[in-house]
Amino acid sequence: MSVESLFPRLEALLPKVQKPIQYVGGELNSTVKDWDEATVRWALMYPDAYEVGLPNQGVQILYEILNELPETMAERTYAVWPDLEALMRSEGVPQFTVDAHRPVRAFDVLGVSFSTELGYTNLLTALDLAGIPLDAVDRTDDDPIVLAGGHAAFNPEPIADFLDAAVLGDGEQIAIAISEVIREWKGEGAPGGRDELLMRLASTGGVYVPKFYDVEYHPDGRIKRVVPNRSGVPSRVFKHTVMDLDEWPYPKKPLVPLAETVHERFSVEIFRGCTRGCRFCQAGMITRPVRERSITTIGDMVEAGLKESGFSEVGLLSLSSADHSEIGEVAKGLADRYEGTQTGLSLPSTRVDAFNIDLANEFSRNGRRSGLTFAPEGGSERMRKVINKMVTEEDLIRTVTTAYSQGWRQVKLYFMCGLPTEEDIDVLGIADLAKKVIKAGREATGSRDVRCTVSIGGFVPKPHTPFQWAAQCDHETVDRRLRELRNALRGDKEYGKAIGYRYHDGKPSIVEGLLSRGDRRVGSVIRAVWEDGGRFDGWSEHFSYERWMTAAERVFSGGAVDVDWYTTREREEHEVLPWDHLDAGLDREWLWQDWQDAVSDVEVEDCRWTPCYDCGVCPTMGTEIQIGPTGKKLLPLTVV
Amino acid sequence: MVQRLRVRYAKRGRLRFTSHRDISRAVERAVRRAGIPVAFSAGFSPHPKISYAGAAPTGVASEAEYLEIGVSRPCDPDRIRADLDVSLPPGLDVLEVIEARAGSLADRLEASVWQLRLPGADVAAAEQAVKEFEAADRVEVERLTKKGMRRFDARQAVRSMAVMDDRERTAGQEPGPPCVILRMVVRHETPAVRPDDVLMGLRLVAGFAPPSPPEVTRLAQGPLDATTGEPADPFDVERADGDL
Repeated sequence: MSVESLFPRLEALLPKVQKPIQYVGGELNSTVKDWDEATVRWALMYPDAYEVGLPNQGVQILYEILNELPETMAERTYAVWPDLEALMRSEGVPQFTVDAHRPVRAFDVLGVSFSTELGYTNLLTALDLAGIPLDAVDRTDDDPIVLAGGHAAFNPEPIADFLDAAVLGDGEQIAIAISEVIREWKGEGAPGGRDELLMRLASTGGVYVPKFYDVEYHPDGRIKRVVPNRSGVPSRVFKHTVMDLDEWPYPKKPLVPLAETVHERFSVEIFRGCTRGCRFCQAGMITRPVRERSITTIGDMVEAGLKESGFSEVGLLSLSSADHSEIGEVAKGLADRYEGTQTGLSLPSTRVDAFNIDLANEFSRNGRRSGLTFAPEGGSERMRKVINKMVTEEDLIRTVTTAYSQGWRQVKLYFMCGLPTEEDIDVLGIADLAKKVIKAGREATGSRDVRCTVSIGGFVPKPHTPFQWAAQCDHETVDRRLRELRNALRGDKEYGKAIGYRYHDGKPSIVEGLLSRGDRRVGSVIRAVWEDGGRFDGWSEHFSYERWMTAAERVFSGGAVDVDWYTTREREEHEVLPWDHLDAGLDREWLWQDWQDAVSDVEVEDCRWTPCYDCGVCPTMGTEIQIGPTGKKLLPLTVV
Repeated sequence: MVQRLRVRYAKRGRLRFTSHRDISRAVERAVRRAGIPVAFSAGFSPHPKISYAGAAPTGVASEAEYLEIGVSRPCDPDRIRADLDVSLPPGLDVLEVIEARAGSLADRLEASVWQLRLPGADVAAAEQAVKEFEAADRVEVERLTKKGMRRFDARQAVRSMAVMDDRERTAGQEPGPPCVILRMVVRHETPAVRPDDVLMGLRLVAGFAPPSPPEVTRLAQGPLDATTGEPADPFDVERADGDL
């Protein structure tokens, strides 16, 4: 049974909406496959606006890999803005893919990639517009399997009611494996309907099907246990880890949008995972171990990607890009190759040390020398020990001195507020640090033309980190500290004008905290917020703290839990956490010990260069650290 | 920069929803993919020497958009036409490339021919509205601009306007439901009078309100020929020079 394109009906609505180009598809390197020739059909969703979703690496990688499979096809769908949503409702146009404008409900799988919890309400909009029942238990064989992935899927419990399944970790191999399960099941005539399909997926051990697990609670609200409610379902579900990134050089053909998006460049992941051990960082904990892509594969991917896309900038992505074992050679090799071609190179996520200035100089050889960004994260030495961000004040001053003296005029510093054990003085320490940075810059350059911007956001404790037990700081305290920091910076006659200050207020962090460490009972809050009009919660102009609090109060009234219980409450060691049955490979006892070390200011080294400290990931997952150096170099490109 | 190439391109189908900023990004990337030796401006932040003349509004299709590319070594215009066309997404179609002679291209674009398809509109009502519009000296309309609501005259810029029968549609178009086609020649003035401004003028003078949004296409633009009252081909200068 073929499906018709919704485009003619959509087209009539487009003249009435903002930025219509985001809905028309037709991006360079996009793929439209014949509906009838595919057996397994994926709709991949990034639950935010097109301008944010299109550049997402995860979606682009899976899109390309799935479309390379002979009997499988994948199309993309994004959150539509409220102006189009209203028109789609009044005209009866369902949620569509941008590739061939097919109705999302006609697909076998709706795979949704959650980088952040703030996309949950957008999932509900998409399901509702698609005509897919919000509650997984109400779905029929005519509905797709709604499958979540991405970092937020490491605790999918708050959206468990709305999901059929979730996968943890790297998506490449599990997406192929799921396609194969569906292909076989359909080939047999889809025996047992969606229930059997979900059972087959769950029994692999690599797909979490929430409805096959029951959650029992203590009278005080804590979780008693989470247990499978049928046989054949594993008691724990593990994350997926792709080993040997050189075998998976995606994206090969990056999508090139017509619409303007948040990242206008070709991005190459130079490695996955990070073992720096920053305790606040969920990404660093759940993506272990470090797996590098080799310098030669990076060079090949950059060359092919630029040729295929026409982008004029390359971003070398990872969680801490300067940590690649051959980053110096990569930087020099790429800068040599693209000298004189007006190609920009960028290296996000660098740490604080002088070596990074050399890298930055290399990267800016071909283009703009704008600002440098460093993330000390904590304002005091003690705070940085708590979070295991091993940067001393001397490191920072030495690094920025080098930067300023080599021609950089602007330095951005990232911090967090509301960290465990934090006191006012830790945040105010940021002001002293920033002043010392400017002072060092003026001394190094003999000029007053140096600037520094302090950027600070609220800390949210995340699952699968040592801080998963921590009390989140209340937003009143966060806001007060941010205000006092602002006064300390602005009020300074000597340095105030040279220091910029950017901050976010603390309220959104509380909602993020509720969604990050929530359990299944939070699902009703998400639904209530959505029913009350909640959309695009990651956008300050759409986000409403009051809407979330009102909904939570209504849903939780008379019960044992409330927003504070989920956010500002510290957990005991043995409390069952909502995600304990979902395994990122981290040993729970190690995480607890690391939490205890944190509050005693004990630091932990990086296992790439020091002995293993038994976080548990490699033995549990059967993985290993994969790093260079390979000793290879990037040769000049042959001129055609 | 050793040579300037003038490009006429079309913006068709769903690509009519591109804005001029979308188009400039697409062109810059297509130029890189095609390996066209585009010249760059000097300075702290070099940018490719590509200039755009009077882009059609977002949502409006066009058969006659123009841009100019400065290149750093001499290129064969026909080769550039083919290469750039392949590199641009289907719907942004390169129609003609010609080596620039003296004079500014933008200065030659004095007027446009617009075609408005008005599905479901009434022919007689359209004809009556056009008659009343043409009889007026001024027709003040309003448009929300970046600087707020602006009032301006939409009448004087309209050189001619005709209501065409549905059957006179250009060949190759799919037959659809009956509709009115308005064809108008509009001078480029400041503030620019756009087809939707004229449509608002028709509503104001005669209450003419089509039931659905117009499908607008720019058919041509160029120097206004005083005898025919139509825009001529802006590349006539290059073609004439080429014959010398």
